[in-house]
Amino acid sequence: MTDLCEVGMDDLWSVTTLLLQVWFSVMIGLIMIPAMFGLSLGVTSVYIQILVKILEWSTLRIQRGHRDRPTLPVPAPLPNGLIQREGGSMEHEMGELRRYRTQSISRGEFALSDSFYFYRKGLESIVDDQVTQRFSSEELVSWNLLTRTNHNFHYISLRLTVIWGLGVIIRYCVLFPLRITLAIIGLSWLVIGTSLVGFLPNRRVKNWLSELVHLMCYRICARGLSATIQYHNKNNKPQKGGICVANHTSPIDIVILANDGCYAMVGQSHSGLMGVIQRSMVRSCPHVWFERSEMRDRHAVTSRLRAHVAAKSNLPILIFPEGTCINNTSVMMFKKGSFEIGGTIYPVAIKYDPRFGDAFWNSAKYNMVSYLLRMMTSWAIVVNVWYLPPMTRQEGEDATKFANRVKSAIAHQGGLLDMAWDGSLKRDKVKEEFKEHQQKMYSSMVVGKKARTSQEPHTESTKR
Amino acid sequence: MGTTNSTLSKIPNVEELMQETGFTPAHIVRLYDRFEALDKEKTGLLRPQDFGAINRLAMNPIGDRIIGAFFSPGQETVDFHSFVRILAHFRPADKKRPKDPSMPEPVNSRTSKLKFAFQLYDQDKDGKISRAELLQVLRSMLEMQVTEEQLESIADRTIQEADLDKDDAISFEEFRKSLEKVNIDHKMSIRFLR
Repeated sequence: MTDLCEVGMDDLWSVTTLLLQVWFSVMIGLIMIPAMFGLSLGVTSVYIQILVKILEWSTLRIQRGHRDRPTLPVPAPLPNGLIQREGGSMEHEMGELRRYRTQSISRGEFALSDSFYFYRKGLESIVDDQVTQRFSSEELVSWNLLTRTNHNFHYISLRLTVIWGLGVIIRYCVLFPLRITLAIIGLSWLVIGTSLVGFLPNRRVKNWLSELVHLMCYRICARGLSATIQYHNKNNKPQKGGICVANHTSPIDIVILANDGCYAMVGQSHSGLMGVIQRSMVRSCPHVWFERSEMRDRHAVTSRLRAHVAAKSNLPILIFPEGTCINNTSVMMFKKGSFEIGGTIYPVAIKYDPRFGDAFWNSAKYNMVSYLLRMMTSWAIVVNVWYLPPMTRQEGEDATKFANRVKSAIAHQGGLLDMAWDGSLKRDKVKEEFKEHQQKMYSSMVVGKKARTSQEPHTESTKR
Repeated sequence: MGTTNSTLSKIPNVEELMQETGFTPAHIVRLYDRFEALDKEKTGLLRPQDFGAINRLAMNPIGDRIIGAFFSPGQETVDFHSFVRILAHFRPADKKRPKDPSMPEPVNSRTSKLKFAFQLYDQDKDGKISRAELLQVLRSMLEMQVTEEQLESIADRTIQEADLDKDDAISFEEFRKSLEKVNIDHKMSIRFLR
């Protein structure tokens, strides 16, 4: 009897595995093959719509829950900081502080209350500062049913928790294995395909094939993240021999942009898996990979990029001038290096929809692998890409001004804040110049706008 | 992060802290998040270099002094309670509170704010701002922009104006008197949004 049972169990087991395999391959096939040809079955858009409905419902439910229980303190999300800042300039503030003094303010002079201005500014910056904010993820007003964005929401209702639980199961057990498989297939196809194409002689066929291979792989990878990308103004797409600049939020930006065109990547050559991918990519079409030692020499970098751009048949270079990942609410200062190369700049603005998953890579908090895992277990990635009209450096415009012009255009289009701060500030100390600037401003109020070496007229008349 | 209540329960003696400083639970949570954001190594304590990482503060001419105000003499770390207590000095004064002479002076009253400002000048805590201490502050705020003679004459003038008992130093009472017309509450307060 037991033998029969065992056989029965074995049968059941093998049938289950067979079914799973069939289902898996069908899913992969259904996703991959249309992806390779740039077609869409429309499943993703339906999925997104369902998601939106569910998220809206959950937001309403949470708001209702808060209204019913007003005793719970809920700090409202504050996108622009914790504290109310006085907008006045240093001169205005000092003038106010000194208003009580009977002597004329125009002569300057020091008052004990002058320091209050600096104390307050200092303490304000301890409590909150604009720069640090940009390097942490955006706080959402509603909750998108991912635990990781659950800052302020707590148990509201059973239904919500059940839906959240279902969400976890779907995301980790259904979506995640699919996505990992797709990612692996995509990457391996990239390596194999580009190596194969590399064997062909240099001809138009080779270029065409290499573009095809690249596109297919990136499309598969994009499906691997359930990415829905909306491209705007495709007529401004970057042309060969140009430079494409975009704002940087995460490493996925590359996949997003490369889904619609082929670019020559620029970056540091790594070892290991990344190195394998990089080396094989170079076989089929020229990318620009630098050794770490080369990156220090700015001239070498610039001249190599210039040579690449000058060959008009090369693919447009893709550069992220911010130098680091920003949280997609603002655009930080562009490094002028990319703008010194010459050639036409094609700006691109990328804006992620935060409702479906936070795409920002906080490199201080997560390493690449855990970041990718987070991405693959989010609901989806919905992103808007705007191609802006090409810009060139004007006569007499220096690289910094040009960089700022491009930055403003990108920020404006993407609905992001245009910030003057340098992205590298999150790691380095601020330059002494800024401090000196403050001191200069203050000294002009105290000793007047005289130069340092001139004699200060003795203020006998005001002495007691 | 976590829910508000769970964050509050992580902080020991939070009720006492709120009572002492007058911050609301929402404020305390915000400050705690800020404390954790500054505490990069997650030790639960802040060190001077953690403050130094704030760029706007590094830019401030008297930034070092402000950082110093958080650390008691001889201490190299500051915990969350002390952090909040110092910041509480800059809370706007509670207008509605009646003056109760039996209760200790609230930490954000006009007098307390003035005392805090006085201590920033009076680094050796002897109760007087000496000429040398005043020169130090002036030097930080003006550095290379003025000559040493100019600095000295400014210091002289300031002491002459404020020093009523002619001991060549400014005591707290003289400090308070010379600033009696300044709207301290407005100028030495940080308004928290919600």
